Amino acid sequence: MPLTTSTVLICAGGACISSGEASVKEALKKEIRKYGLDEVVRVVETGCMGACSLGPIIVIYPDGVFYQKLTPRAAEKIVQEHLLKGRIVQEYLYKMPTGEVVPEAMDKLPFFAKQVKIATRNVGYIDPSNIEEYIARDGYFALNKVLTQMSPEQVIEEIKRSGLRGRGGAGFPTGLKWELTRKAKGDRKYIVCNADEGDPGAFMDRSILEGDPHTVLEAMVIAGYAIGAHQGYIYVRAEYPLAIERLQIAIAQAKEFGFLGENILGSEFGFDIEIRIGAGAFVCGEETALIASIEGKRGQPRVKPPYPAQSGVWGCPTVINNVETFACVPPIIIKGADWFRSIGTPTSPGTKVFALAGKITNTGLVEVPMGITIKELLYEIGGGSSTGKKIKAVQTGGPSGGCIPSEYFDTPVDYESLQKLGAIMGSGGMIVMDEDDCMVDVARFFLEFTVDESCGKCTPCREGTRQMLKILEKITSGEGSEKDLIELETLGNIIKDTSLCGLGQTAPNPVLSTLRYYRHEYEAHVREKRCPALRCKALVRYVIDPSKCVGCTACARVCPVNAISGELRKVHTIDNDVCVRCGSCIEVCRFGAISKVSP
Amino acid sequence: MSKVKSIEELMKIKERALKELQLRDTGKRGKITVAMGTCGIAAGAKETLRAIVEALAENNINDVAVVQSGCMGLCEVEPTVEVRLEGQEPVVYGHVTPENAKRIVKLHIMANQIVSDLMVRKGEM
Repeated sequence: MPLTTSTVLICAGGACISSGEASVKEALKKEIRKYGLDEVVRVVETGCMGACSLGPIIVIYPDGVFYQKLTPRAAEKIVQEHLLKGRIVQEYLYKMPTGEVVPEAMDKLPFFAKQVKIATRNVGYIDPSNIEEYIARDGYFALNKVLTQMSPEQVIEEIKRSGLRGRGGAGFPTGLKWELTRKAKGDRKYIVCNADEGDPGAFMDRSILEGDPHTVLEAMVIAGYAIGAHQGYIYVRAEYPLAIERLQIAIAQAKEFGFLGENILGSEFGFDIEIRIGAGAFVCGEETALIASIEGKRGQPRVKPPYPAQSGVWGCPTVINNVETFACVPPIIIKGADWFRSIGTPTSPGTKVFALAGKITNTGLVEVPMGITIKELLYEIGGGSSTGKKIKAVQTGGPSGGCIPSEYFDTPVDYESLQKLGAIMGSGGMIVMDEDDCMVDVARFFLEFTVDESCGKCTPCREGTRQMLKILEKITSGEGSEKDLIELETLGNIIKDTSLCGLGQTAPNPVLSTLRYYRHEYEAHVREKRCPALRCKALVRYVIDPSKCVGCTACARVCPVNAISGELRKVHTIDNDVCVRCGSCIEVCRFGAISKVSP
Repeated sequence: MSKVKSIEELMKIKERALKELQLRDTGKRGKITVAMGTCGIAAGAKETLRAIVEALAENNINDVAVVQSGCMGLCEVEPTVEVRLEGQEPVVYGHVTPENAKRIVKLHIMANQIVSDLMVRKGEM
């Protein structure tokens, strides 16, 4: 019987790790030992708790006190005060934008209160390397139910009735995919988990793999039973070493407990899972490229049909679902399709995990019911703009997605609504932009990514996106013309229609959606040679306001290229031919005398 | 660990593991605080704490949290233990040996009776 009185959960998600989780953990453990508390206080590393902007984070149970932005010194203090003396340490509690301190229970924080957790229900709560904690949260009960009470057809029926759609982005009905694969001809069938998350800014799959690996394993076995497969592969990118490590531990434990291997849970059914590590090519997230990569071939997509349901791994019928989709399966089996349908919208039931990034106060991962409006998501959960400037747009769906302007923030978040706006759900990345972001520059950024990551197999994607990027570079450097805008649109539409795979077909989206909603910004660039957001370096100049400059020389001293001249106590000037627009002078000027202008 | 072959075996693991997880449950009906200042520890508070946790586990009581605090300032009656149940005034007990700790769990936590011979104070400070 462990003599635990307090449990300290420390978030070991990527963001907390990079903000110093390891040193905080060390300090905690050292201090706990120092005071002889190691017998009664347990420190557990969990997966990502979601509130990435607040990291490193700990939650102390049973009190449920949430401490944020910790340092090793803070950890020592918390041990001395909270764990030893039972006193809450005020200075590391979460503070609301209004300055009010939120003392206890994580679920009271507005960031957590509006969330509904299905796919990430255990992430940040259980110890991912301890299978028993997963079992304590009804883990492997869905598998038991499936194996003892349901036929494969009934499992498929339940998933179909739940209305679960692929969370990887395209939103294909999961139950239908399973049914097609079950009905497809072939003795051998496979289950593949797509964990090749490659969208800039999205990390929900990594978070689930790191924080709750068993849920993915359980769902894969259930899927295997449903379609008649006995082998599964998890394709995970090599850039996710912690996810791979936790998966390896989980697979070993599941084998030990008899949830993988022969005669699972004493039944006739057998299923095994292997990990396949991808080298981190964006295209390998595309299902046919991923399958090629599993087979040891070059990761390039092929023409569909045939779809993987007919011809997947080694030509055999294959179900390929992404991590978040799988994570929804065990709760659906346990609680039923009706329960799942009661959350979300009629066409998009359930929840979606979003990764909030950019100019937003609470960056991190959130899981919300489908149908929530963009406004609620960004302002109530995300806490609004982090810069004090107005939010101008949100980019959804990564490089395949589009920008949604603030006028449309009342739109509910579901597959169809986003598509109507020219954006997509995608994997759930959301990048928030404010008035300082130039939409032409944003489109250029995403296109640069696509050009880098294009596998090169088909010409429209390989050459077309490169041409589009060239035009965008021309526009942002002030050399663009009206004709270029027309060409961008034409080219974008051709690439959409003629590319081989989904990645090429969606690559022009960031450009087309910004052209649609922010045409005036493009026009300002080409007609007036002006960047309204003052972002495009070639189109901005730095000027010193003579009425504010006191001649302190701070700017001249910091300028790396000696573009600023002037004598002490006399007004300074900037030579814009020399200036490299680095912004250092604005940062050091205490008098607000320097500003950016675009003619 | 031998392989799990039935729902009964799965339930057993769940029950075992749940005790650990329930420590993370904030919706508890009560809290037992063991004073763990230097004086408390010297007087045997660690053994007291262990006895309380064991007594709770033996009786399958999951909705009462056990926490530790610093010195309550009642050094002459250490080890001291405070019992707070929802909707009731807190009670502080003194000289809580492991045997007394078990009595407190049996009587106060389980039967809702104050153990008057050990009580040193009642009510909020």
